[in-house]
Amino acid sequence: MQYQSKIWVYGGLVLFFLWNRDINKRVNSTKVKELIILIMEVIAQFMNGLNLGSIYALIALGYTMVYGIAKMLNFAHGDIIMVGAYTLSIAMSFLSLPAPVAIFISMAVCALLGIVIERIAYKPLRMSSPLAVLITAIGVSYFLQSVALLIFGSQQRKVESAVNLPSLLIGGVEITGEAMVTLGVTIFIMAALTSFMKYTKTGMAMLAVAEDKGAAQLMGINVNKTISVTFGIGSALAAVAGVLLTSSYGFVGPYTGSMPGIKAFVAAVLGGIGSVPGAMVGGLLLGIIESLSKAYISTELADAIVFGVLILVLLVKPTGLLGKKRIDKV
Amino acid sequence: MILLELKNLSIAFGGLKAVSELNMKIKKGELYGLIGPNGAGKTTVFNLLTGVYRPTEGQILLEEENLVGKSTIEINKKGIARTFQNIRLFHHMTVLDNVKIGLGNQLKYSVLEGMLRLPRFFKVEKEMDEKAIELLTVFGLEKEKDILASNLPYGKQRKLEIARALATKPKLLLLDEPAAGMNPNETGELMKTIKFIRDEFQMTILLIEHDMKLVSGICERITVLNFGSELAHGETNTVLNNPQVIAAYLGE
Repeated sequence: MQYQSKIWVYGGLVLFFLWNRDINKRVNSTKVKELIILIMEVIAQFMNGLNLGSIYALIALGYTMVYGIAKMLNFAHGDIIMVGAYTLSIAMSFLSLPAPVAIFISMAVCALLGIVIERIAYKPLRMSSPLAVLITAIGVSYFLQSVALLIFGSQQRKVESAVNLPSLLIGGVEITGEAMVTLGVTIFIMAALTSFMKYTKTGMAMLAVAEDKGAAQLMGINVNKTISVTFGIGSALAAVAGVLLTSSYGFVGPYTGSMPGIKAFVAAVLGGIGSVPGAMVGGLLLGIIESLSKAYISTELADAIVFGVLILVLLVKPTGLLGKKRIDKV
Repeated sequence: MILLELKNLSIAFGGLKAVSELNMKIKKGELYGLIGPNGAGKTTVFNLLTGVYRPTEGQILLEEENLVGKSTIEINKKGIARTFQNIRLFHHMTVLDNVKIGLGNQLKYSVLEGMLRLPRFFKVEKEMDEKAIELLTVFGLEKEKDILASNLPYGKQRKLEIARALATKPKLLLLDEPAAGMNPNETGELMKTIKFIRDEFQMTILLIEHDMKLVSGICERITVLNFGSELAHGETNTVLNNPQVIAAYLGE
């Protein structure tokens, strides 16, 4: 059933593009032409939204995984993106390494950083109140920003795009190489992560730790290792997001990660924090809403609209779109 | 042969001596009971045995190997498994997955084999499924294998918790109030199951229980704790008729 509906959607899209290709020859009325141009424009904005949304989704995945398993909001997550972007920039321009190697190094550095942060800052607080952990996370966030400021200065740094692909023109809509890669990478990571959670022992262990650390430990699951792996994966994904973000925008500064970090947090809450597919849906939705409101309503109001949507969703469904209701029995 | 020996086991939380100078010897294949009034320190003993707390004094010897200072995971590997007074299953997982988590310390495949679903993944998964279903069958849970653990009725959740503990292949099984909240019928059935586990798997079982019918029905020997110290130990019926024990339970 699901498979069939997918075929309809893809088939419809292909037909639309084919029909659209020689529309100019067949249609003479200027009104229809204008309408088509408008539709193309909306589609282009939609693609922009998907690009931005994919990046949000990647960051949101990290938020949601850490929240789901370690039960904490890692507000330093956004700044890991910045570290990833700086690492990429150094690896590519100073060490002039090829892009794939630079990306790999950036992911490894961030994964390690995530694990170290958890060990030093969060692990000693595992038994204390969630508020203490939250404030520590905010502290770590400022720490990372200040260190970046100290090393690189407040000047934004230009970064070469790690993606070297020509733009693609489909039916009058231009899709940049970066957008294609971003979308492709996000879908791939999403699939890999789902498979990881479902079909590996570590994934199972994560679910068990999420539910009951004590019981998991007594079943022979290494809780510390599991949480480290969670932070490692989340931070590596943040590095990928950093690479894609700077590839699309071309600059990195000490505060590069903070706004996308907050937006991604919103995306995670919108989709239902703790849910992996929720992060994906929330991220994409947020990106699309943001870029459509920027294009058609107001650039200044775009962020307000994004947060407005969040408030609306939470009023109707407090657990987020795909979040599960949690009943705590006493 | 002695499987577990406690020597002068003590733990103090600040000035409070929760357990003091406890000595206990449990033979291999024995069904041993640990009883005592509320707050006597029974669950604390379990937490000491599983490495959740570290004793301030004394030794825990499992097959003559001292377990004091070892982490919970190491102790699990050495062969001690437990259930909890308040059920602590993985409620959002299926019944089968709960048991498979327990099997995870014996049957393994790598992350890559799992993610790419290589042949070994299917082989090990199949083996795990078979073992898990075999265990579930012992407890009459095989029909419910695909439902969420939280949707099981209470009595069956208790049984599943025992099945999950057994899946880790322990030498010593600790049951913390297995009959709590059960009706007499369920308790009767549980007694049969516990005996069956002992006979079938040659398991050594140490259990905490308030239900005297269960204790006198299946435990061969018991230790009575009161305010953290041993009040009496020995053959179940002798100990239960000890005037001191009766006094501790009923008051003078």
